[in-house]
Amino acid sequence: MNLVRIIIVRLATTIVTLLGAAVIVFFVIRVVPGNPIAMMLPPGATDADIARLTALYGLDKSIPEQFVIWLTRALQGDFGTSISLRQPVMPLVLGRLPATLELSIFALVLAVMIGGTMALTGTRFRGTRTEAGIDVANGVGLSIPDFLWALVLILLFGVLVPVFYVSGRISPSLDLPFVTQFYVFESLVRLRFDLWWDLLKHMFMPALALAIPLAAIIGQLLKQSLKETMHLDYVVLARTKGYGENHVILFEALRNAVLPTLTLVGVQFTFLIGGTVIIERLFSYEGLGNMAIDAVINRDLPLIQGIVIVFALLFTVINLVVDMTYAFLNPRLRHA
Amino acid sequence: MLEGRALTVRRSTPRLWLSASWLALISLAAIFAPLVAPHDPLAQDLFAARLPPAWAEGADPAYLLGTDSLGRDVLTRIIFGARIALTVALVAGLATAIIGSTLGLLAGYLRGWVDLVISRIVDIWLAFPPVLFAILLIAVLGTGLSSIIIAIIVIDWTRFCRVVRAEALNQSAMDYVTSAKVAGRTRLSTMWREIGPNVLPTICVLLTIEMGIAVIVEAILSFVNLSISTDAPTWGGMIAEGRTSIHQAWWVLVFPLIVLFLTVLSFSQLGEGLKDRFDPVLR
Repeated sequence: MNLVRIIIVRLATTIVTLLGAAVIVFFVIRVVPGNPIAMMLPPGATDADIARLTALYGLDKSIPEQFVIWLTRALQGDFGTSISLRQPVMPLVLGRLPATLELSIFALVLAVMIGGTMALTGTRFRGTRTEAGIDVANGVGLSIPDFLWALVLILLFGVLVPVFYVSGRISPSLDLPFVTQFYVFESLVRLRFDLWWDLLKHMFMPALALAIPLAAIIGQLLKQSLKETMHLDYVVLARTKGYGENHVILFEALRNAVLPTLTLVGVQFTFLIGGTVIIERLFSYEGLGNMAIDAVINRDLPLIQGIVIVFALLFTVINLVVDMTYAFLNPRLRHA
Repeated sequence: MLEGRALTVRRSTPRLWLSASWLALISLAAIFAPLVAPHDPLAQDLFAARLPPAWAEGADPAYLLGTDSLGRDVLTRIIFGARIALTVALVAGLATAIIGSTLGLLAGYLRGWVDLVISRIVDIWLAFPPVLFAILLIAVLGTGLSSIIIAIIVIDWTRFCRVVRAEALNQSAMDYVTSAKVAGRTRLSTMWREIGPNVLPTICVLLTIEMGIAVIVEAILSFVNLSISTDAPTWGGMIAEGRTSIHQAWWVLVFPLIVLFLTVLSFSQLGEGLKDRFDPVLR
């Protein structure tokens, strides 16, 4: 009963959040100075041309009217036509979303791998110089945001020792057989490991830049919970049974220490996705964030709206899933 | 556990001093920029374009850290860039702290519908990618120093609001708040005089971290060419220019990047150091 109530309340707040986000985006964009219609037309266009085009994009109606029309259409998946690219917004946005999702998921995997290794190594060698070194590395990793890590990585591995690609999503010379935009996934399905490897080599630097701050958070929190778990009776018992230190950490302590980190990773994942906006720009990666910055520079109102709403939808859904998972995993709520 | 704590305290002291010294150095350079900078930050000299740093081959010793593609002195632009970065950090940081903390205090202490409204707005804010939100706001407000500051305040007040709200909720349950009520204080007076001072250490820690974030936001906006004018000496603008000429003139990217890195690191380490100082458990 309790659980059902929590789910209903949580769903309701999600809808309120999304609606609020839609209202804010819509009204913020209406106050953007500069006439996007004038920018679309060649010099020497007549007033009649401007009026016709303004009516075509629905910009001649009052703002509340525009909002109702926009919301009704948006609920049907129609976000209008991009002014700068002259194509429907939704296919454009959905065409770019997979690139951003693949980058974010790859970054998340890297963050979990690096952060997990740091936490386990720090626990294994607790009280030594190794642990102190890991603490310092975590501290620096946490203090510096992804934007700066990206620049450092470009400098180190793009210029000084050019071993990784620092621009684009895939080598332009390659022949692409893809029918979906999920290149990494599709290249695996098609068993085209050459393409898969090329994609990974392009994604590695931007994904690492996104992953470092999250890896540091995971490293710090997981190490803290592992430390606390190591003192619990059942872990001490496992040790007296004669299990080695590695076995105790990996198979006894880790299982119980991992839950707080998991919840945190869920929340932090949305911050990581938010970071892709500038990281994609830095690495000329053809994702949603890069498109968003172009849309703002071109004052392409329908496209900006579509992108921001898709981001908001993604973030609220991730937060919802994290909360639900937590509610299901938490025995106090499950059995209430 | 106890040894671990002693270790943290010992380690935090040099960290605190190192970061404070770097920030003091940068602040002094910013304040006295016209006196300490060797050149004019805007003066172009195409005959002296892309000169390497003074110790490299083919350098002009008058340009200690080299020049950019328009022949402007890199060191001078870094020093003048500190003015913009630190102004943004100070003004945006303080304003964000005041607005966010006040709303957080109100939500956490008054609860009820005030908390409901503020918390929903925070939820909505969390649904936007902050960098995209910032760029969008600059497109609305137009470029310029005050637009950057306003954009940072509009986006980041939630950071203070969330933490202070949680802290205020905790504090409200404590005995001293009850006794203040029993003693006949009004709700607002209790909030400001009793709970306020108790959440102040937390706010100070957040403020130093926020100042580092403000510097980064300014750099990101300059990087996408939406900060001040393209001519103005900003660290982000220099980095953006350096990024395009990285193979011909590495110094245009590297030196501003090092300064930005150290400044952001210092703000954050100062915050961490203060946290250790303030934390009664550690003391």
